[in-house]
Amino acid sequence: MKNNKVWEILRPYVMIGPAMIGIFLFVIYPMIYLLYLSFFKYNLLNSAMSKYIGFSNYIQIFSREDFYKSLLNTVIYTGGVVTLTMLISLLIAVWLSKRTRMNYIVQAGIFTPHIISIVSVSLVWLWMMEPNLGFLNYVLESLGLPPSQWLQSSKTALFSIIIVSVWHGIGYYVLILVAALQGISPNIYEAAALDNTSKFRVFHRITLPLISPQMFFILIIMTIGSFKVFDTVRIMTGGGPNNATNTLVYYIYGFRTTNIGYAAATGVVLMAIIGILTIIYFWLLSRKVHYQ
Amino acid sequence: MASIEFVNVTKEFEKKEIIKDLNLRIEDGKFTVLVGPSGCGKTTLLRMIAGIGPQTSGSVLLNGKDISNIAPGKRGVAMVFQNYAIYPTMSVRENIEFGLKNNKVNKIERKKLVESISEAVGLSEYLGRKPSTLSGGQRQRVALARAMVKQPSVFLMDEPLSNLDAKLRAQMRIDLIELHKKLGTTFVYVTHDQVEAMSMADTIVLMNQGLIQQEAPPEEIYHEPNNIFVAQFIGTPPMNIGELGVDGVRFGFRPESVTASTEPVESPFTLQGEVTTREMLGSETLYQIRYKETSFMIKSLIDKFSVNQKIHIGVNSDKLYFFADDGDRIHKDHIHYRDYFEALRGY
Ligand SMILES: Nc1ncnc2c1ncn2[C@@H]1O[C@H](COP(=O)(O)OP(=O)(O)OP(=O)(O)O)[C@@H](O)[C@H]1O
Ligand SMILES: [Mg+2]
Repeated sequence: MKNNKVWEILRPYVMIGPAMIGIFLFVIYPMIYLLYLSFFKYNLLNSAMSKYIGFSNYIQIFSREDFYKSLLNTVIYTGGVVTLTMLISLLIAVWLSKRTRMNYIVQAGIFTPHIISIVSVSLVWLWMMEPNLGFLNYVLESLGLPPSQWLQSSKTALFSIIIVSVWHGIGYYVLILVAALQGISPNIYEAAALDNTSKFRVFHRITLPLISPQMFFILIIMTIGSFKVFDTVRIMTGGGPNNATNTLVYYIYGFRTTNIGYAAATGVVLMAIIGILTIIYFWLLSRKVHYQ
Repeated sequence: MASIEFVNVTKEFEKKEIIKDLNLRIEDGKFTVLVGPSGCGKTTLLRMIAGIGPQTSGSVLLNGKDISNIAPGKRGVAMVFQNYAIYPTMSVRENIEFGLKNNKVNKIERKKLVESISEAVGLSEYLGRKPSTLSGGQRQRVALARAMVKQPSVFLMDEPLSNLDAKLRAQMRIDLIELHKKLGTTFVYVTHDQVEAMSMADTIVLMNQGLIQQEAPPEEIYHEPNNIFVAQFIGTPPMNIGELGVDGVRFGFRPESVTASTEPVESPFTLQGEVTTREMLGSETLYQIRYKETSFMIKSLIDKFSVNQKIHIGVNSDKLYFFADDGDRIHKDHIHYRDYFEALRGY
C-alpha cells in the first residue's frame, strides 16, 4: 500500500528520466561548462594552470573592435538572409500553391538544394562566383551587365554569401508555406470574392493572417540559424577579405586554439543575443500571429 | 430585386456531368427552396448563381441578363456557405463589416448596420470574439449576419440552420420568413429538411441526381407529386408504394391518409393486415402492417392497436396515386386510369 503511493509519486520522474539524462548530458552540462570556461584564462597545454579571471573575458569582448565588426556582419547577414528568404519563398509559394503536376515538379526542383550538403553547395558557388572564369560573371557579361568581384571584394563578399544561403535554404521554407497556403479552405476565398474583395486585400487581410503562424516560425528559426552561420564562411571566404565576412561563430572559431576562455565568453554572448532577439520577436509579433 | 434563370445549364466536374441540361426560373422576390438528397447538386446550383463555380455550358441570367462575365462581388448576391466559411482570423465584427468596407460604406453607416444586424441574429455580445471561440450555431449566425448586412438583391443560403438546436432552428425559421417578408428580396434556400422546405417555401424545387423532379408550391408537391421520387421524398414516413400487377404500374398512398379500424372499413381500397411494429409518436402512432409479402406504414390517431393484432385499413379514392413503370404519375385523365383503379379493388 505504502509502496504503491511512493511509486505513484515517483512514476512521472522515472518516465521522463531517460530523456532528462539526455538533455542534461548534451544540453545543460555543455551550457554550464561553457559558462564556466568563460570565466577562465584557459591553458590548453596544462588545464591545471588555467586561471580564474572573473569577467575579464567579457570586458575584453565589449572593448574589442573586431567583435563589433563580426557582430555587425552577422546582423547584416541575418537581416539579408531572413528578409530575402521570407520574401522570395512567399512569392514562390503563392505561385506554387495551385495543385498542378507542373507545380509539384517545380517544387521538387526548388527543394533539391536543401538536401545537398552545404559544403558542396559552397564549393560549387565558390567556383561559379570566380570573377574571371566563373559562370555568374559570364552570365552578367552576356547580358551586357558589368561583372562583379563577388567573394573577392569586401564590398560584395557578404552579399554573395547571403545569396548562397538563401539559395540553399529556400526550398524548405517554400515547402512549409505551400503546405500552409494549401491548407486554407477555398471557401474562404469564395466568401471573399462574394464580399467584393480586391486581390491585394485578399492577400493582406486573409492569406497573410492565415499563414502568419508559419511565417513567424520561419522568422524565428531563420534568425537563430543565421546568427550561427559558419560553414559557408569557413569554406568560401575564411572571414575575408579584410574581415568583411567574419561572423560571430567564425570569430569564435578563430580563438579555438589561442584563447578558449575568450571563445567561450563570446559563445555565451551569442547565446544571450539570440535569446533576447527571440523574446523581442515574441513580444512584438505575438499579437499579429493568428493561431486558430 | 432580381429574378434568376437557368437556361440549358450543364455542369461537369472532371468530365462527369453533375447537372444535366437544367432549365429553371426563380421568381423575383420569392422564397425558393431547393431540396433533394445529398450530392444531388444543390450547392453546385447555388455556386453557379454566386459565380464561384461557373457552369460548363448554358447560361445563368439575372434579371434577364447573362451574368457569366460579372465578378461574384458585383452581382448583388450574398451567400451563406454550408460550412460557414467565416474568416477565421477576424473578429465577429470584422467578419460582418468586411464586405461593407470593401464596398466603401462609410464608418457611421457601417456601425449602424453591423449593430442592427447583430442584434437581429443575437450576436451583440460576441462582436469582439474570434470565430474559434464560438459554438457551431453562433458561427452559423455570423455567416448569416455577414450575408444580411450587405443587403443583397439575391440571398443564397446553403443549409444555414443545420447546426442549430431544435428550438433555435424553429426561431430562426420564423425570423428568416419575416426577414424575407420585410426585405422582399429573392431567397434561394437549400435544405435537407422537409419541414423547413414545407414551412418556408413559396416554391419548392426538388432535385435528384442533377435533374429537377418537380417545381411547385409546398401544397402541390405534397398533394400532387409528379413521380414516385417526389412522392417518396416528401412526407415522413414516405408514401407507401405497392405493385399493382398490371402493366408494371404501381400504386401509392400516404401513411397519414389511411383509415384504420378493427372492423371492416368502407373504402375503394381496403385490406386486412397484421400489425408488426408500433411506434408511439405522441399525438399519433405509427404502425407497420404486413399484408401478404409486402408491408405498409400507417399513421393513426388511434394508439390502441397492438403488435400481432389483425386490423382493417382503407384509403379513399382521392388519396390514391398511380405511377407508370418509369415512375411518372398517372393522372385521373389517363385513358387507363379507371382500369387501374378497378384492378386495385382486387388487390
Ligand atoms: N469540386 C468538385 N469536384 C468534383 N466533384 C464535385 C465537386 N463539387 C461537387 N462535386 C460533386 O457534385 C455532386 C453534387 O455536389 P453538391 O455539393 O452540389 O451536392 P449537394 O446537393 O449540395 O449535397 P449536400 O446536400 O450533401 O450538401 C456530388 O456528387 C459531388 O461529389
Ligand atoms: Mg451542399
